[in-house]
Amino acid sequence: MADMAVQTTGMEAAGPYDRARALGAFKAGDTAFYWTTRACAISVLLILGGIILSLIAGAWPAIQEFGFSFLFTARWAPANDPPILGALGPIYGTLVTSVIAMVIAIPIGLGIAIFLTELCPQWLRRPIGLAVELLAGIPSIIYGMWGFFVLGPFMANYMQPYMIRAFEGVPVLETIFAGPPSYLSLFNASLILAIMVLPFITAISVDVFKTVPPVLKEAAYGVGCTTWEVVRSVVIPYTRVGVIGGIMLALGRALGETMAVTFIIGNAFRITGSIFSPGTTISAAIASEFAESDGLHQSGLILLGLLLFILTFLVLTAARLMLMRLEKKAGN
Amino acid sequence: MNFIKSIVAAGLVAASTSAFAADITGAGATFPFPVYSKWADAYKKETGNGLNYQSIGSGAGIKQIIAKTVTFGATDAPLKPEQLDKEGLAQWPMVMGAIVPVVNLEGVKPGEMVFDGPTLADIYLGKVKTWNDPAIAKLNPKLKLPSDAITVVRRSDGSGTTFNFTDYLSKVSADWKTKVGMGTAVEWPVGVGAKGNEGVAGNVGQTKNSIGYVEYAYAKQNKLTYAGLVNSAGKTVQPTMAAFQAAAANADWANAKGYYLILTNQPGETSWPITAATFILMHKEPTDKAASAEALKFFTWAFEKGDKMAEELDYIPMPPSVVKQIEKTWSADIKS
Repeated sequence: MADMAVQTTGMEAAGPYDRARALGAFKAGDTAFYWTTRACAISVLLILGGIILSLIAGAWPAIQEFGFSFLFTARWAPANDPPILGALGPIYGTLVTSVIAMVIAIPIGLGIAIFLTELCPQWLRRPIGLAVELLAGIPSIIYGMWGFFVLGPFMANYMQPYMIRAFEGVPVLETIFAGPPSYLSLFNASLILAIMVLPFITAISVDVFKTVPPVLKEAAYGVGCTTWEVVRSVVIPYTRVGVIGGIMLALGRALGETMAVTFIIGNAFRITGSIFSPGTTISAAIASEFAESDGLHQSGLILLGLLLFILTFLVLTAARLMLMRLEKKAGN
Repeated sequence: MNFIKSIVAAGLVAASTSAFAADITGAGATFPFPVYSKWADAYKKETGNGLNYQSIGSGAGIKQIIAKTVTFGATDAPLKPEQLDKEGLAQWPMVMGAIVPVVNLEGVKPGEMVFDGPTLADIYLGKVKTWNDPAIAKLNPKLKLPSDAITVVRRSDGSGTTFNFTDYLSKVSADWKTKVGMGTAVEWPVGVGAKGNEGVAGNVGQTKNSIGYVEYAYAKQNKLTYAGLVNSAGKTVQPTMAAFQAAAANADWANAKGYYLILTNQPGETSWPITAATFILMHKEPTDKAASAEALKFFTWAFEKGDKMAEELDYIPMPPSVVKQIEKTWSADIKS
């Protein structure tokens, strides 16, 4: 293409006929470029379709056997004859850990991002930024082991007994924070997840906060706004779409995280209501049992995988819809 | 450029020589991996022939041998004779291990505590909830037991250890058999799941008032507080090499078709109740006869010279009488 461009300048002087030919060559090049990139984009859809099809094929025996009751059964008894498999426990664990993780990570992540872009002195910016990036670089197995050996015991021995006592006698909260304290629990898994997704929220928020035109902020400061008011009324509304995108990316990671969660969640297919009791997530269940499974048991695990796929898809769709409604509101 | 060429050339040479040496390939159970790799190492030094064993789990090992992608498969849970016939496979036990209950209880030293099968089942069923429960107290009159809740620890991953442990509980407790049953992964009524033997060992090691079950080697190497068990003859036994071997020797191998025998709750006054053999699977009519013959040479060598190496790693060698029977099976069943 570069050669052609050089030639063209010469040709232009030569006359209208050559010029048309050169334009034709440009057009051909553009068409080729268009189709190449289009093929790349479509290949994503094909791969995705292939994954869905193979998941459905693998899950088919379980779908036939259990049907919709798979979604509402809380029992997981692969050794039973015939096996009784239900996804309610893992679905519950996946949602609970992800929600708690996001509840913890969103305010902290946004807080870090706001501090870094609006308030942080220059010399402190790099160390904090690096620390956040480092968090993202730690392999999940390391988080799992740290949770197993350090965070789990700490939580069970110091934090959980305190929280259980604090909420004793309060309706609802009493059940959510019920004992006994456990090294491996839904809550500990949520904490690990929160730390793991923090960099996603922070990094993306920092990037989009930087895109706010200084003129807007300066104008706001000029009419006497406080830093908090500038952040709330100028920075956040301006970057809302990007921030939510970061949060969704983090939520996607939280829903699918496997290794770290398997280590610290306790892997129990139960729904107790207490976040201090062991539970399991879809991905942890698959990772734990897949290697030694066969027949209907394995098919059920693949069906769990399909459900995770659908769950993630639904979450992303919901996020898109929410964004669209926000845009509309902003438009009015 | 020359540098890259020489690297490529070196790679090609390495690839061709390793292909030429015709390594035996095997895949399956993770539990015997340490001893198989130790044997393979010694065998390579002695004969120059290598063995490539991938510990990918029993279930995957069975799939690989059925798909004929490996020379032999390895599994902790034996295949039933019908299934062996269907797939045209031969099966035999290669080496044994034992499963021991471990506890973390203040003031209790290794070997001081005793459980019997029904009590162990009730703990894992969640029926026995505290350490000072009469069922435990009756077995341990000399111990001062706290009123704390028992933290039950078990495997989260599907495993042969769980298969044998739940098989034992099914044999000694009707309640366990109907409510939970046996398998590599079961519906645990209580407890937290930790990954692998090392996960259970680690979790029991650091959680006060907990109980778990691990392969003997893990209990020993992690210096965990193991407990004794009451065996099928009603005698209390401690987890020792002698007790494990007694269980294997007292087992009725001669009448077990396809060596389908799970070594739990075996007769004998000195037998440890939860021992487990790990099995090898090979095709009776292998497609690659040379590799198959080579594998059998390795197994023969392992039975002849591998006992000491196995014991060093806390595995239990097969009793000589069983080995003799297995070698007969080879010459009768496997065509090479």
